[in-house]
Amino acid sequence: MSGALIVGWLRLAVARIVAERAHLTELDAAIGDGDHGINLHRGFGALEARLAAGDVAIDEPGPLLVLAGRTITGTVGGASGALYGRALLRAGAAVEAWPRGSVVTSALVAAALRAAVDGVAALGRSRPGEKTMLDALLPAVVALEGAGAAGVDLAGALLRAADAAEAGARGTRPLLATKGRASYLGERSIGHLDPGAVSSALLLRALADVAASGA
Amino acid sequence: MVALVLVGHSPELLRGLRAMLAQAAPAVRIGVAGGTDLGALGTSAPMILIAMRAVLAEAPDGVIVMLDLGSAALALEMALDDLAPADRERVRVSRGAIVEGAVRAAVEAAGGGSLTAVLAASEMPPGRAKLPDDWPADGAAPG
Repeated sequence: MSGALIVGWLRLAVARIVAERAHLTELDAAIGDGDHGINLHRGFGALEARLAAGDVAIDEPGPLLVLAGRTITGTVGGASGALYGRALLRAGAAVEAWPRGSVVTSALVAAALRAAVDGVAALGRSRPGEKTMLDALLPAVVALEGAGAAGVDLAGALLRAADAAEAGARGTRPLLATKGRASYLGERSIGHLDPGAVSSALLLRALADVAASGA
Repeated sequence: MVALVLVGHSPELLRGLRAMLAQAAPAVRIGVAGGTDLGALGTSAPMILIAMRAVLAEAPDGVIVMLDLGSAALALEMALDDLAPADRERVRVSRGAIVEGAVRAAVEAAGGGSLTAVLAASEMPPGRAKLPDDWPADGAAPG
């Protein structure tokens, strides 16, 4: 994973969040407090500004992910800020631990995503099936690990991960929310997509698209 | 003297609470981390970390953290990750309601209470003593 891939990903993520801001907020209005798109836009917008200001060398993927994590935890505001921040910081720590000059394989990226997702699960005390971002993230990690073990190249592996995340996000519709604000609704949370799972799938699709474009 | 750090979603709410505490217990040091880094509603792990470090530097007896709701606990946990172990040992996080709990905690701290005593004061049930004992249990107006 090069710095260019990470910068390209974060920039594309901002554009996708801007495009989906109203949709994410609408999903959140149905079962949460109606600010998911607004919050992510604010946080990722702040991140874009820091990238533009040159706060970190853009050829260093680990420090870039750490900068992203710190920015998101400080600016998104809700539970998604803490959870995405934790994910980015854990991924950054995993990438920083790679030996210098490592060939970036899908297996290495899968391990970084696994560290990120484990961080989300631990902070949120959540498991799959609870109508959260984990319902998109965990299938993505499993797909990425499988592709890595099968020797699929990075772009192909990230494509499978994004497909799995989107399927996972769609699968949150019939689930009963037991975590976060949506859990206050009890059974009325059934029949709606989880906004965090949808935004997680959006972020993974952006990563796959950037990798496919050859960044 | 034990100090307090207030963590919540609204900068205005916490400013108002700090003003109440300053009146009730002017000697107690109060740190505040309200809203996001950009001043929006929400919580910010980096702001919580800065507030805890600043207060801990001046409060050798330790700090009680009061939270409002939802993501405040997640952001706090992220901030605690980055605190040095020697500092973390002097932090206790209250399960009390932030307004009533912070006022009780500040008064206990001003009286020289230990970290344990201030924590206990902050966690007294929020319904206690807010209304007279003869107020109807269902909350309806008396009489």
